[in-house]
Amino acid sequence: MSATTTQTSTVYSAPGEPGSPVQLKARYGNFIGGHWVAPVIGQYMKDLSPANGRQFTEVPRSSSEDIELALDAAHAAKTAWGETSLTERASVLNRIADAIDANREMLAVAETWDNGKPVRETLAADIPLAADHFRYFAAETRALTGSSTEIDKDTVAYHFHEPLGVVGQIIPFNFPLLMAAWKLAPALAGGNCSVIKPASSTPWSILKLAEVIGDIVPPGVLNIVTGPGGEIGKALATNRRINKIAFTGETVTGRLIMQYAAENIIPSTTELGGKSPNVFFADVMAEDDDFLDKAVEGLVLFAFNKGEVCTCPSRALIQESIYERFMERCLDRIGKIRQGNPLDTTTQMGPQNSQQQLDKISSYVDIGLQEGAECLIGGKQPALHGDLAGGYFFEPTVLKGHNGMRVFQEEIFGPVLAVTTFRDEEQALAIANDTLYGLGAGVWTRNGNLAYKMGRGIQAGRVWTNCYHAYPAGAAFGGYKMSGVGRELYRETLTEHYTQTKNLLVSYSEHAQGLF
Amino acid sequence: MSEPGPDRVIATPDALAALATLRQQRGPLILYQSGGCCDGSLPVCLLDGDLRIGDADVLLGRVGDCPVYIDNRQYEVWKHTQLIIDVGDGEPEGFSIPAARGRQFVTRSRLLPPAEPTEKKGPSHDSGCA
Repeated sequence: MSATTTQTSTVYSAPGEPGSPVQLKARYGNFIGGHWVAPVIGQYMKDLSPANGRQFTEVPRSSSEDIELALDAAHAAKTAWGETSLTERASVLNRIADAIDANREMLAVAETWDNGKPVRETLAADIPLAADHFRYFAAETRALTGSSTEIDKDTVAYHFHEPLGVVGQIIPFNFPLLMAAWKLAPALAGGNCSVIKPASSTPWSILKLAEVIGDIVPPGVLNIVTGPGGEIGKALATNRRINKIAFTGETVTGRLIMQYAAENIIPSTTELGGKSPNVFFADVMAEDDDFLDKAVEGLVLFAFNKGEVCTCPSRALIQESIYERFMERCLDRIGKIRQGNPLDTTTQMGPQNSQQQLDKISSYVDIGLQEGAECLIGGKQPALHGDLAGGYFFEPTVLKGHNGMRVFQEEIFGPVLAVTTFRDEEQALAIANDTLYGLGAGVWTRNGNLAYKMGRGIQAGRVWTNCYHAYPAGAAFGGYKMSGVGRELYRETLTEHYTQTKNLLVSYSEHAQGLF
Repeated sequence: MSEPGPDRVIATPDALAALATLRQQRGPLILYQSGGCCDGSLPVCLLDGDLRIGDADVLLGRVGDCPVYIDNRQYEVWKHTQLIIDVGDGEPEGFSIPAARGRQFVTRSRLLPPAEPTEKKGPSHDSGCA
């Protein structure tokens, strides 16, 4: 399958090249009603790989007409899918998971090529997590239970979880397939049909997913339309024919999403980013043991997915008394991060998603330095050679400063860590919460009581405690404050966000009430 | 609102030209400075009236005849810097109108001169090693 394998690494061939697990076409269509459909007005957009900055395929640059076609297909399918038994719905989701597992390498390489994230991560995390997500919601839907309440001797209230109908879903570029799974699995589990729009810079890997699962879902249950956010994202979110909108992305668009939902009186869920604090108490250095090693890795996780994660632990708060010794270990580990060809399984950090991401990161480092931050490591693009010279690489970077700086307050969305110190628990909590966002946080301490108090005190939807960057299904995920509204990844995603409650209030009495 | 001192937001000639062309094509526009996530820190270009503007929004200034807004909580964090609206390559991921085909508005920043009042947010900023 791969071009070269040594004892220590495998280097996959890029999609379309000889020996690659990924077949590549020059051009793709939208996936609508179980078929591949050319865009109505016939326009296409380039898809570039961040590994080398070059175009490798093109996908529809769709317009609102394509959204209408997708909605037609979804509406045509929604009654039958909504009435499909839980057993059969669960079976479909499990078969999707099986297909993802069976095509793990292909999907991992495709994802790596479209986004730039290292294949080491897509093989070990993105793709297996995506498959598992469908399995989790298969289980949840198979066991979906309503309730009945005996109101009185002759009156019973029955509660059913009914599908919403057709849902619109808009996902970001940072985990294209995993974000697709997080949105599609509960939507389909709830008996809904989806029209989903992938990000403009990573529109292709979900089309490869459709190639392997397209025959498993009934036609019209899954519809994928690619194109620019301002046109088709808006066309979808404002459309009167959706019963719900789900969005992960930036704050202004998130606000528009909620506004459009209000106009149409439909529910919305949003995940809008963060500036997650990662708090390290002095006791992590009480022993030189595995746990200390884990804590060091915990800080270095700001580089996971090249920092393009809404929950990137991008602010490290380190207790003063251990700062020098702890940072020394961390900088040593950061200095050893292997950047390079994302298709090489030894590469730990791939290129950023696009030139514009790269430019933004550079400009943030620049503003940080202007504000007086000290650059401890990185701060520039690495000098890579050959094909990679055109790739969008940036070195893992650490800026030391204080929490009022813009680099501490804004989501840089790159491998840039802002680090500061704190005196005590009270100050740690104050700094941790001194942010507009509240998506993720990390707390590291050997003291369980302290961990609990900090975790309950931090205003974020997810507080990793003595760990970070774990996204198992079954653990609720979503924002406080400006990070959005709603929760994904857990049972209630299905019952609260992707179904609606029907109450049948039934009287078994023969007698009138006596009102009239 | 206008305050003494340098403009809070300015634009490059490229950005002004792009805005003028778009205005001719589509009508009055606004720019809204984004805060986070994937697009993050891009000025989102929208048709005037698309986004409901209210008390939570601060008018930073105008570039050409295009108002530039920012969330008032974000403003507190940004106000010691000047925003420079420019144009760069790439499609905006969110609902922003592109500056041109394959081009988007971007924000660069520079620190305002020290004479400019920089009201820091609170005691928590005295923490750390700065």
